[in-house]
Amino acid sequence: MAAMPMRKLRLWQDKIETEVAIFGDGPPLVFLHGSWGLRNDQEFLELLARTHTVYAPKHPGTSEGDSEAVHQIDDWWDLIVYHGELLDRLELKSPVLVGHSFGGLVACEIAAAMPERVSKLILIDPVGLWREDMPIKNWMLLSPADLRAALFADPKGEHAEKFFQLPSETAERIDAQVGFIWSQACTGKFVWPLPDKGLKKHIHRIAAPTLIVWGKADGVIAPAYAEEFARSIAHARVAMMDGAGHMPHFEQARSVAALVGEFLRN
Amino acid sequence: MKVCMFHLMPYRDLPADFDKQYKSAYIDPVWFDVADPKKVGQYYNWTLDEFIHAARSGMNGVCTNQHHQNVYGFMANPSLMGSVLARATDGMKVAIVQLGSTLPSTSPPTRIAEEYAMIDCISGGRLVAGFPAGLPTDATISNGIVPVEQRERYREALALVQKAWSAKEVFAWNGKHYQLPMVNLWPRPLQQPHPPIWIPGSGSATTVDFVVDRDDSFCHLSYYGAQNAYSLGDFYWDRVTKRGRDANPHRLGFLQLIGVSESDEAAEEYAPHAEYFFHKLLRTAPQYRDIPGYQDHASLVHAMKTPLRERFDVRDLRYKDFVDRGFVITGSPATVRDRLIEGVKRLRIGHLLTLLHFGSMPHELCMKNITLFAREVLPHLQDLWDDEWEDRWWPESLRQKRPVAAAAVAS
Repeated sequence: MAAMPMRKLRLWQDKIETEVAIFGDGPPLVFLHGSWGLRNDQEFLELLARTHTVYAPKHPGTSEGDSEAVHQIDDWWDLIVYHGELLDRLELKSPVLVGHSFGGLVACEIAAAMPERVSKLILIDPVGLWREDMPIKNWMLLSPADLRAALFADPKGEHAEKFFQLPSETAERIDAQVGFIWSQACTGKFVWPLPDKGLKKHIHRIAAPTLIVWGKADGVIAPAYAEEFARSIAHARVAMMDGAGHMPHFEQARSVAALVGEFLRN
Repeated sequence: MKVCMFHLMPYRDLPADFDKQYKSAYIDPVWFDVADPKKVGQYYNWTLDEFIHAARSGMNGVCTNQHHQNVYGFMANPSLMGSVLARATDGMKVAIVQLGSTLPSTSPPTRIAEEYAMIDCISGGRLVAGFPAGLPTDATISNGIVPVEQRERYREALALVQKAWSAKEVFAWNGKHYQLPMVNLWPRPLQQPHPPIWIPGSGSATTVDFVVDRDDSFCHLSYYGAQNAYSLGDFYWDRVTKRGRDANPHRLGFLQLIGVSESDEAAEEYAPHAEYFFHKLLRTAPQYRDIPGYQDHASLVHAMKTPLRERFDVRDLRYKDFVDRGFVITGSPATVRDRLIEGVKRLRIGHLLTLLHFGSMPHELCMKNITLFAREVLPHLQDLWDDEWEDRWWPESLRQKRPVAAAAVAS
């Protein structure tokens, strides 16, 4: 796969540089990546790009050359206002919003705070709700072996291999290792120590038709959370994926893309 | 030179199969499965007794520290220990070295400023104010701090503490992490504008430059001994020179595990306790230690770029290896004296922090270690550097030479 075309934006009183991957053709779709950055989402995004113009921004601090942007956004209120500015700068009035894991929570809070800015909402294994009987694993505190087992339906399969694989060329390897850790640091800021940061109080405000996708083998956030989200969102339905863990859009890119496509057509 | 006793306050009687059951001394060992509360009470009291014995025997200072939720060392609030020691050493020329309360873990940090000020008052101005940034394990897991914010919090907290100690007027603090409407601490430290400040670190360029530019004293709290810190020492003194500071050895503090016996052969008595320390206690699961965000981006890049040095698993090593490699300095008084002087001179250590208790060391053996060290080794160390350099990072009222012989007789 060739690298995704990136546009660079200066936002937030010129204090944050944000890279946004922009490609494809069709109505606008914004993809908010998960805790490990925009790394393994490309195959999925290219499938979506067949029917939509995909905008995939990098979370503050994870764009090339502006690692310190993480310190410019202090809290959830800042993060939501920032995303409002980002959507304005991209001239997106009411795009489809897709979010995975941490990005799923950001998508929910945007949809709750600014319901008119989200035409349809797609959540892929989102964090954000909490049940005492189903605690969510802190992925930043798992050993590599435990993380692997929690993330993937097939911990020995090609997707698990790819997720943990490092490029052989030194400069690229360092970039990948640093990026893997730093993207967790930057996204983790907003869900530390527990990813229960108030969505339960806002979720009733989500008005957009919502598709909730969940990997049946998700070992980070129990699949039962799909029903928790569905119960709390006005117009939501659930699609549970076989052969997928916490990253179904990666482990089963085609199936998830097909589901998403069908949802967006209706 | 100043020689202080350091103590971790570990759990001394872990079961033999502890390290098979638990892969981490931090976080995972469940209190009710592992701990005997009566023993723990005894440990705290023995620790205080060992500190006080060191103070009475002529050591210049006693050092506490802060760690949470572990078997390795659990002075969860070092100010509680420091205040007991301040009272117990009333009238003695001994510094209370709080090394120390970890600012990011306490909100608001003015609480630490108050505790340190209280200890300085109770002790009559004998506080050394240590400000470690804190282990990520302690700050982010046990105290819930956001990893990538730990350093920022630390720096803002340190600025707030210093202002709170010396500001002549009531002030508002409008910071990023802390907001207080009206700050006017009661009490303030006796030592104004602030007690001497020591900042421990692992030796990253960022920390070293920060400490040197502030003109505070840097401590390297390593478990692997002076023998393995030469490159760090050289790096430190190079930065000191580059940043225009003098080469006063009291700019550097260093930790060394020490065991003194009647003879080199008799020092085998320390072997099981050293092995207990390195095998059972010095073990944090990597995922509890290398938490994303604890290292700033530049340090992270540097760490990934630097090729891995020879990584040994300390669990493959035995006591003999610890001695050969200099992790521990044990032996007869003469042996300990010679090895220590060699290390102190090579690294230019002005503040020697001696870990005279380590691992499972029983109380009686620790007391003997302190007695032998203070009587046979300490007198050969304490005068080092004094003819040439004043220790500017030491309570002013304690800067006169301590009459060691008199102190030893008095105990």
